[in-house]
Amino acid sequence: MQHSRQFLLDSYRSMATIRQFEDRVHDEFSTGKIPGFVHLYAGEEASAVGVCAHLDSRDAIGSTHRGHGHCIAKGCDPVGMMKEIYGRRDGLCGGKGGSMHIADLSKGMLGANGIVGGGSPLVCGAALTAKYLKTGGVAIAFVGDGGSNQGTTLESYNLAKVWNLPVVFVVEDNGYAESTSSSWSVGGSQLGRAAGFGMPGVEADGFDFFSVYEAAREPIERARSGGGPSLMHVKLTRFYGHFEGDAMTYRAAGEIAKFREEKDSLKIFRSRVTSAGLIDGAELDAIDAQVGKLIDESVASSEAAAMPALPDLTTDVYLRYA
Amino acid sequence: MPKKTYRQAINEAIASEMRRDHRVIVMGEDNAGGAGAPGEKDAWGGVLGVTKGLQPEFGPERVLDTPISESAFIGAAAGAAATGLRPVAELMFVDFMGVCFDQIFNQAAKFRYMFGGKAVTPLVIRTMYGAGLRAASQHSQCLYPLFTHIPGLKVVLPSSPYEAKGLMIQAIRDDDPVIFFEHKALYDETGDVPDESYTIPFGEANITRDGGDLTIVAFGRMVGLANQAADELKREGIAATVIDPRTTSPLDTESILDSVRETGRLVVVDEAHPRCSMAADVARLVAEEAFKHLKAPIKTVTAPHTPVPFSPALEDLYIPNLARILEAARAAARG
Repeated sequence: MQHSRQFLLDSYRSMATIRQFEDRVHDEFSTGKIPGFVHLYAGEEASAVGVCAHLDSRDAIGSTHRGHGHCIAKGCDPVGMMKEIYGRRDGLCGGKGGSMHIADLSKGMLGANGIVGGGSPLVCGAALTAKYLKTGGVAIAFVGDGGSNQGTTLESYNLAKVWNLPVVFVVEDNGYAESTSSSWSVGGSQLGRAAGFGMPGVEADGFDFFSVYEAAREPIERARSGGGPSLMHVKLTRFYGHFEGDAMTYRAAGEIAKFREEKDSLKIFRSRVTSAGLIDGAELDAIDAQVGKLIDESVASSEAAAMPALPDLTTDVYLRYA
Repeated sequence: MPKKTYRQAINEAIASEMRRDHRVIVMGEDNAGGAGAPGEKDAWGGVLGVTKGLQPEFGPERVLDTPISESAFIGAAAGAAATGLRPVAELMFVDFMGVCFDQIFNQAAKFRYMFGGKAVTPLVIRTMYGAGLRAASQHSQCLYPLFTHIPGLKVVLPSSPYEAKGLMIQAIRDDDPVIFFEHKALYDETGDVPDESYTIPFGEANITRDGGDLTIVAFGRMVGLANQAADELKREGIAATVIDPRTTSPLDTESILDSVRETGRLVVVDEAHPRCSMAADVARLVAEEAFKHLKAPIKTVTAPHTPVPFSPALEDLYIPNLARILEAARAAARG
């Protein structure tokens, strides 16, 4: 598959933005500047970006606890996101949602979700809207391996099939639901489950942008052309804990270091495009530097931004409440 | 004015809104019925016939039968509402909230707040509630207090066919998530219902009886019983006001407080269990805001703190009845 230079540069920029955003949230969290719970996506970039590279403004995605990467891949503003994670008044959600509920409906990003498995039914609804209004849109349900065991997810497979909805379920299997291995917690297999619901299923190497991108093409085209739902099983890893502060005692010694060395999706992307002579390494370095500046600015502006105050506490519950 | 049943009033409200706005869709288990089956189309029109005739008029794209998967389709209704449709989804019996409540209270109810005021979720969830049909513990509960507790939801309890039509049209036009409680023992009750469309605003109580001696606040099916009680009390020389709040969220607190400030005596009639109920909520409101006007202790008439029993002998004892309302009212009037 031939890709334009612009496509490759844009895809790298999106992956680099996710990586640097998450690395920076990790650093700032450790200094105590970021409140609450955060669940970082670093290491999984190729999945969000590889899938979302097929999407446009007609399309919607629903996300998981680990939602920052999906947001950035779908076009949410990283500065607004950082402010949200800092709990600031002009954050993407006014400081009322935070990391676990970060969303931008205007970008078709239906939200990270604090409830494991909570998103798939909502994504079916977005797909129903697209189908009913004949927008040509598709909806993507990102599901973790933990969420793949929730009844909501399995019910959504069935509903999407019965209603022939334009949905792709993307099961991001990072190997661990919290501390519990997916090899222990998932009965059967993800593709076997897809087959059980009469859906086509496909596996992708979640460390490789090009593997994910190519694997996602057919399911998304099928959904867009009225062919109904599909499932993707994307195998990958996360570089950080389930949440920030997780000591990860359940992982093998040296496991993450090995992944970082051998299975870093950004390094793999760089190697692929530079060795093929498609992009010069210096161009990617320049993107890294630009992204670094953006992330620096996002942190600086978040730290300077105002907190919400008492009048904000009770607004945005209803449009109108007598 | 034409006489219609509560069931017809709700059906007419939904149909008229579907004609008015193509974004209004209906979904639920057996809402048409017979999907994929060899017999008649629109076989049931809902398990108690409330949505009968909608699919023949509006087609299967707008009246969707669902698998028995409340989490999936209630969540799908929420997701569709947040992305541009105006779904009217049926949670057949409110008792079934147990298998889908997450999609209602953690998802739909909180979108607007969590997303910083940028979400609009014009979702209506219709659901049947209430005892009296010998349907036992898992098909008879009230449960509206649980929904009333959740910020982001509006909760509607129509007490008559007229109320049902106007409140349903309001619910469909409302841009916030609305839980619309239909008492299954009211479906065959008839009343005056205009053919034309009309709305009844949320948060504005209906005063169904007017009297200066006593205030009775009643919810849902209990409004009819409270009216009967007020008529009986009048013959005994006690003039009671009956207030139907129509919606528990928002709640018309001013109408309740204004009346109690005048009468000084309050009875609350609530078919739900007594703890953390509307009875408890209204009693708290009045104790806090109108204590100095009270001339007698507040009385509540509720179901007991038990599951709904099956045996007709027990269920009849469980549901608040006219005798218990009269007893409470007389005690409040004397006290």
